[in-house]
Amino acid sequence: MPRQDTTPVTAGGAPSTAGRPGTPDAPGAAGPGATPRPKSAPRVGRRAEGRWGWLFVSPMVIVLGLFLVLPILMALWVSLLHWDGQSNPFNGQTEFVGLDNYRALLTQDGLDRTLFATALRNNLYYVLLTVPLQTILALALALIVNQRMLRGRSILRTAFFFPSVTSSIAVSTIFLFLFQGSGAVNTALSWVGVKGPNWFNDPRGVLSLLLGGLGLVDTGHPSGVLADHSFMGLSWFEWLSGPSVAMCTIILLAVWTTSGTFMLIFLAALQDIPRELEEAAAIEGVNRRQLLRHVTLPALRPVLFLVLTLGLIATWQVFDQVYVMSQGAPGNTTLTPAFLSYSSAFGDADYGQGAAIAFILLALILAMTALQRLALRERAPRFRRSR
Amino acid sequence: MPHRTAAAALVTTAALLTATGCSSSFGSDQKTAQDSDAKQHLTVLIASSGDAETKAVREAATAWAKQSGNTVTVDVAKDINQQLAQSFAGHKPPDAFYVNSDQFANYAKADSLYPYGDQVKDTDDFAAQLRTSFTYDGKLVCLPKDTSTLALAINSDLWKKAGLTAADYPTTWAQLKSVATKLTKGGVTGLVVNGEYARVGVFMKEAGGWITNGDQTKMTADSKQNTEALTYVRSLLKSGSMKYATQVDTNWGGEALGKGKAAMTIEGNWLAGGMQADYPKVKYAVVPLPAGPAGKGTLAFSQCWGVAEDSAHHKAAVDLIEHLTTRAQQVKNAAAFGVMPSRTSALAEYAAKNPAAKAWVDAGAYAQGPVTVAGFDKVLTQFNTDLAALAGTDPEKILADLQRNGEQALTKGD
Repeated sequence: MPRQDTTPVTAGGAPSTAGRPGTPDAPGAAGPGATPRPKSAPRVGRRAEGRWGWLFVSPMVIVLGLFLVLPILMALWVSLLHWDGQSNPFNGQTEFVGLDNYRALLTQDGLDRTLFATALRNNLYYVLLTVPLQTILALALALIVNQRMLRGRSILRTAFFFPSVTSSIAVSTIFLFLFQGSGAVNTALSWVGVKGPNWFNDPRGVLSLLLGGLGLVDTGHPSGVLADHSFMGLSWFEWLSGPSVAMCTIILLAVWTTSGTFMLIFLAALQDIPRELEEAAAIEGVNRRQLLRHVTLPALRPVLFLVLTLGLIATWQVFDQVYVMSQGAPGNTTLTPAFLSYSSAFGDADYGQGAAIAFILLALILAMTALQRLALRERAPRFRRSR
Repeated sequence: MPHRTAAAALVTTAALLTATGCSSSFGSDQKTAQDSDAKQHLTVLIASSGDAETKAVREAATAWAKQSGNTVTVDVAKDINQQLAQSFAGHKPPDAFYVNSDQFANYAKADSLYPYGDQVKDTDDFAAQLRTSFTYDGKLVCLPKDTSTLALAINSDLWKKAGLTAADYPTTWAQLKSVATKLTKGGVTGLVVNGEYARVGVFMKEAGGWITNGDQTKMTADSKQNTEALTYVRSLLKSGSMKYATQVDTNWGGEALGKGKAAMTIEGNWLAGGMQADYPKVKYAVVPLPAGPAGKGTLAFSQCWGVAEDSAHHKAAVDLIEHLTTRAQQVKNAAAFGVMPSRTSALAEYAAKNPAAKAWVDAGAYAQGPVTVAGFDKVLTQFNTDLAALAGTDPEKILADLQRNGEQALTKGD
């Protein structure tokens, strides 16, 4: 699938970019779009084709519908109920509460909203740090192992990819040991005279630590504008305090484990860039930085979108690391919406609320992806297949 | 493309209809017809603490099966809360199972548990505070399978090194504070406990307060007594003579005691097994918790033997549980995997056999049972989270939050 999407861009877009580095595509580039499609089958034939098409894809459609669309619709229904999980939610006897579950999470002051807002804040910082870091690291690794002159390329590729194939549970457990108060990391830090924090038990936000260190805010007793205003039950200070030290450790783990996978995707895309492009650029006399900026990166744009989207979705759904490493502790600073959904469903037997959290998360991911698609769209609209 | 939309709609509708058809097996909410066969097959789900417990329960169940002519399968759960929730929703629950006290009210409220307390003759023999915890709507729903209480465990070597003798075992808060200060030096902290209400709560009880009132219908979290208790704990935490287990790189008080990082800890009778297994060389003494302003206080924990409302074998399951909780069986279990009997009569026999556990046994007389209110899991989790930050927070704020969150959960639970 990605390959199909990649071809028209690299073939159609890259040469013009390589020819005139830095300049956006001329408006005239929209020209090809005006040319009529090469062939257009008769209307009737196309309809018959459509029917056959549906027939052929029907097994997949039914499987997807039964195991994907239908459960999603069922969950949507459950999110409108006060369902304790002990009866059939579809026989009309379960109490229908409308949007109450959503209201408790978004507008009503209470523990539910505070927890949800905390989870959102934590996950937002997690996404903001993890996605750019893992993408940049993956790209850098891919560029390194893509060099033709590099010795031991395959060994390096394996080494970089290794964290991705290791079970996340095993990696999480190892990290727990490494980052203990008297663990390997702190021992290493003590050699250079740094006293490391008790990583997984440190609920302090790094931003507030930073500002506190500069003497800008009193972290123990925040006051003024930041403490007086609140949004969704959390004060501005709490929103702005940044990821906790514990959360940073989980971010580190996520970046380390996922960058290998994305490196592989980037590597595949890099090897797809025609050599002639680089040669042409070399003849133009560009240096390596210019080559990267004006030839390689534009050619990687669709893959970059793919990696960012996958990263964004995965990071908003982070669950297993949290489940294994912290279960939301310390001080709820590693609580994420996915984990909150699990704990309200299976811990409090409040499946309606759990489902509601899942749907808010879904809406959030869709919105973020749409936003990102908008930001990464090609600057000049160019003709694309309409379907 | 209208025809495509139509086709998609058609397929979706067809799939929905099929699934609705399938979902009839999701179960009607009618009462399950009772099986009256002489030979029935029962399934039992337990959350075992280890091989010893699994073996003991299996043997007891097999003995009952032989004697009654039924058959029993005992399964060990990996995550019992989640497995039970799923089987309740699917209306295919095991016949008898362990119920954790934090989930008890959720199940009872949803009528998933068959209340069998009135069918058992000598329920008075079970510890009163545990019966209260497992009572819902005035009915004793299930029988506590065993019990544990908290006491103060002391590392004998560290105690001696600090120049203290058996006469110095603390009996009041003031004494606890002074010995904790004396014991704290170098890598040793005077008192190390888990940072959760299930440990710190003993001080609330000793000050005369608790999270809820006696029959768990009202929150009493923001009382003066509770504030006094948390203020005391906070002063210990701030002075450094008391720390939470995670602060000294341990998972629980027993580990801190065994590794010599803690001179004292507050733990239950499972400590005996844990120390035996991990730190057999470390000597320790178990003494009653020091009394607070309102006298002695401690917490009791338990799980109960639930019978599923949806089970077709109510009578047989109750019979099996009666067999599993007899005095003789409880004494046997105590010897096999170190739990304390929940029957008062068996407890006396246990105390005679295990003089070292005297403090835990005696604590049963003034112990507070676990909080069992539907939807309280998150309230108490939040309380634990707040307690972890007690050193830097105002106790009154923590208790006010607990009061507010608990009241909300109580209203929602009704």
